[in-house]
Amino acid sequence: MKQVSIPSGVSLTELYRQWVGDYPKFFKMDTLSKLGFLLTEMLVHDEPDRFKFREDRAVLVFSREGCVANDRHYAGSMKDFPSPALFVYTLPNIVSGEISIRNKWGGESSAYVLDSFDEARIWELVRQAFQDKRTQSALVAWIDCPSDEQWITSAWLVDKTEMF
Amino acid sequence: LAAVRAGQSAFRLYDGWPEPYYASLLDRKGFEGPSFFDHITLQAALAALREAGIDASSSRVGLVLSTIKGNIEKIDTEDVSLAAAADTLAKGLGVTTKPVVVSNACISGLAALLQGVRMIRSGAYDHVIVAGAEVQSRFIVTGFQSLKALSLNPCKPFDADRDGLNVGEAAAAIVLSAQRASLLESQPASENQLSDASTKLTRNEVWEMVEGAVRNDANHISGPSRTGEGSYHALRYVLDGVSADELAFVNVHGTATRYNDQMEAIAINRAGLQDVPVNALKGIFGHTMGAAGILESIVSMAACDAGVVLPTHGFSQMGVEPAVNVSAQERKTDKKAFVKLLSGFGGVNGALLFRKGGAQ
Repeated sequence: MKQVSIPSGVSLTELYRQWVGDYPKFFKMDTLSKLGFLLTEMLVHDEPDRFKFREDRAVLVFSREGCVANDRHYAGSMKDFPSPALFVYTLPNIVSGEISIRNKWGGESSAYVLDSFDEARIWELVRQAFQDKRTQSALVAWIDCPSDEQWITSAWLVDKTEMF
Repeated sequence: LAAVRAGQSAFRLYDGWPEPYYASLLDRKGFEGPSFFDHITLQAALAALREAGIDASSSRVGLVLSTIKGNIEKIDTEDVSLAAAADTLAKGLGVTTKPVVVSNACISGLAALLQGVRMIRSGAYDHVIVAGAEVQSRFIVTGFQSLKALSLNPCKPFDADRDGLNVGEAAAAIVLSAQRASLLESQPASENQLSDASTKLTRNEVWEMVEGAVRNDANHISGPSRTGEGSYHALRYVLDGVSADELAFVNVHGTATRYNDQMEAIAINRAGLQDVPVNALKGIFGHTMGAAGILESIVSMAACDAGVVLPTHGFSQMGVEPAVNVSAQERKTDKKAFVKLLSGFGGVNGALLFRKGGAQ
């Protein structure tokens, strides 16, 4: 099982330049989505057949705070001039969507909120997600991002065979 | 069900911030308390618990909360995390296991039901309470207005003149129970699954969530796929080995935005369901977001039990190509299975197959 993380305070723009460089949509994303996007790049950058449509990989993102950092940005704009560009990121599952779009993964994509980082519970929920018979592997991430400066992340690429 | 069949709706025009909006909101009169969201979620879950007659404090009872924005209206002053809302609900219900929140945009309710089914099938739970709710606020309404997604009139799902959605408020809850014979009163204790012939009589009386799927369009975060990709894949998965003839109807998302309804029409046709009756309920209570998957499933089960395919309020002239079998009139059915379909931002789509009485 591969695991990566991005420590708080690291420049996401620099990481993007290092790992990607040719996906300008990255700059429109909220911090939560940027983190999920980069964590995924770090995990799958050298996979064969990248960007070939597949339905057998799930994207399962967990957090406590969801998209609260971006919610605050939208709430700020709302009192003045509500920003549609900020509003579309006021959902905890947009990060799973951005990962699915980038990689052409048409399988399950979900966002879960737990009261704290609890690896045992995360793996219990991931094992349950493998009840979908199409799902053979999963991109699993804990991305807790209460603000644009502070976050805790861990991401794993797991194969069904490693789970049971 | 009677109110829905009679076409009763709480829709009206509300003052906005500053633009007005047309919505179906719950009556807050007489409510005093810290959070209307927490209040309605708890009331719905308590009502479902009473009906199920189970002990919520058991270590084999789980809780799944479905909501998109929870207590977002208090973002300037309080902890508006969905985790906090789930904790409040669990305490209110006396649930002792840790809750999980499924927040998958507009398919949250369906994804939460699927999560509940998976928890039961994992063997770790006998019952799972799945509660979903949404209250409307300046946050959500101005956001949809900024996207120009709201209609100032009652929405018109699948109609040629449809011009957007109406937001709605609701709380809804279902208690899922393991289909082990030992949990059904009329059967002797046994670990047999419901599919066993020995439990066939009992099976005729219960709704079963047979199969569910969530699939991503892998296309766009705020616009549905032009080919109905994710929705089609979800349908194909849940209907594997199921004949379209078995279905009473497909209860679609049907938000009445131009893109959503067109996308669903394509997905339904690709899945070979063009002749199956299709209906959408958002012309009655609007888009209730985190509650939608649960509320619309409950209403659909009740309609199927009553032998009817509910009409699609607001529809009058076919506005999708290729066409689907949608009607403004109530129709009769003697079939005991249906599919619930939803789609949402983030490119997510969900399908859930409900059935009563086993495969036909």
